[in-house]
Amino acid sequence: MVSRFRDALNSGKFVITSEIAPPKGTNLEKMLHHIDLLKDRVDGMNVTDHQSSVMRFPSLGGCLAIKEAGGEPIMQMTCRDRNRMALEADLLLAYTRGIRNVLCLTGDAVPVGDHKEAKGVFDLDSLQLLNTIRELTSGKDLGGSDLDGAVEFCAGAIVTPEAQPIEPQLIKFEKKVEGGAEFFQTQAIYDLENFSRFMEYARQFPVKILAGIVLLSSARMAKYMTENVPGIFVPQELIDELSGVPKEEVLAKGIEIAGRTIAALKKDSICDGVHIMAIGREEVVPDIIAAAGL
Amino acid sequence: MKSITKQKSPEEIQQALQGMERVFIIGCGTCTTMTKTGGIDQVVEMKEYLQGLGKRVTGWTVIPTACDDMTEVAMKENKQAIGSADCILSMSCALGVHRMNLYIGKPVIPAQDTLFIAVEESPGYFREACEQCGQCLLGETAGICPITACHKGLVNGPCGGTNNGKCEVDKERDCAWTLIYERLKEQGRLDLMKKYQPPRNHHIALKPRVLRI
Repeated sequence: MVSRFRDALNSGKFVITSEIAPPKGTNLEKMLHHIDLLKDRVDGMNVTDHQSSVMRFPSLGGCLAIKEAGGEPIMQMTCRDRNRMALEADLLLAYTRGIRNVLCLTGDAVPVGDHKEAKGVFDLDSLQLLNTIRELTSGKDLGGSDLDGAVEFCAGAIVTPEAQPIEPQLIKFEKKVEGGAEFFQTQAIYDLENFSRFMEYARQFPVKILAGIVLLSSARMAKYMTENVPGIFVPQELIDELSGVPKEEVLAKGIEIAGRTIAALKKDSICDGVHIMAIGREEVVPDIIAAAGL
Repeated sequence: MKSITKQKSPEEIQQALQGMERVFIIGCGTCTTMTKTGGIDQVVEMKEYLQGLGKRVTGWTVIPTACDDMTEVAMKENKQAIGSADCILSMSCALGVHRMNLYIGKPVIPAQDTLFIAVEESPGYFREACEQCGQCLLGETAGICPITACHKGLVNGPCGGTNNGKCEVDKERDCAWTLIYERLKEQGRLDLMKKYQPPRNHHIALKPRVLRI
């Protein structure tokens, strides 16, 4: 067995992954609590890699904590902070410690985060990172030298089905498929009609697609994301639905919306599973899963 | 092609000149004149500013092109005034500072930060066009450089941070890869975008780069 997550992807079941956000600091209590809460409820847990270019406890560290707890980690790896040597070395370490799943990302730009004067590395991009994994799997490194012991990962990538214009993203998506991505976790999707159109296109490729589900915690947050986050579009009906309930019931409404979106995706077999991002409210992920009837 | 500069703050210049009472100022008639950071007007302003600080300006000149061999001639012409100064304050770009350093043992203090090499696309609008990476991709990217025009220097297509053709670091800036996509499409050459670009070689010319002909 290479990867429990890969087995889940190939089993034909509706796969659920969720996100774990490492702390800014050394107090791991909250992260460990979330891992404990979710490890038996999801098929894999992504650990973010300095998400939004904000320095935090590393993804690799979070993945090791998941392994120790008996869960299945998906290591998010961006190309923003490490050159090819450091990325390769971390992949070797991750493999020897039982991490079997990697999500390859280019990474957010440095100036959007909290270390605005840092150097953005981008020695590789997401696609070249996928190819690096393929190379390391074959027993060679990017310098062309032989490895004493290769790796084997279930590698994945992301795609933004709502991006405008969409074609450049689809060209890159196809390059990622060719580069060896076995699964894709998408940017947040809310409009199922749009997403279904994307899936009709994506179905021609031999990859598994997990739809991104971002919990809407208020109408303001939904509006903010639509206006400011690339590739996220929350339909006005959902924003109205959130603003139509009293303040203390908004979170429950957000959970309900996420749950029914997941249920609809599963019912019509639109995609292969979902990736739930609760953005700092990981403790409600079990409620979202329950609301979806899973 | 222009070397784009930004004048250092008065505090930084004052700090750099600490302990040096007699100053000779050199401006440049090319790039820093075009960008209004080190032409005649700015050199005269600097002279007055330094005098206001109680410093003695032993002289000043604006060399037509401070990065070439005219610098030696101009410095010889001003030998006496330079000789009586504690330092030269350079209002050229860093290339001029390097030139001046070839001809004098005294400190040459830059009054400018050199930012990038640009083309003047329209009067007064300077855009960085080339990072001199040593492996030109322009033939495959419809003449738009992804190394320079993409914030992350990506060579395999846009990242997920692009939105409606704009870049995630600044909503006012165009996403280089959306521009490349549109132009390649117009040219009927979208296949070029589908090609995998391997990791770049960062040592095509070993740093520090030199050329002898």
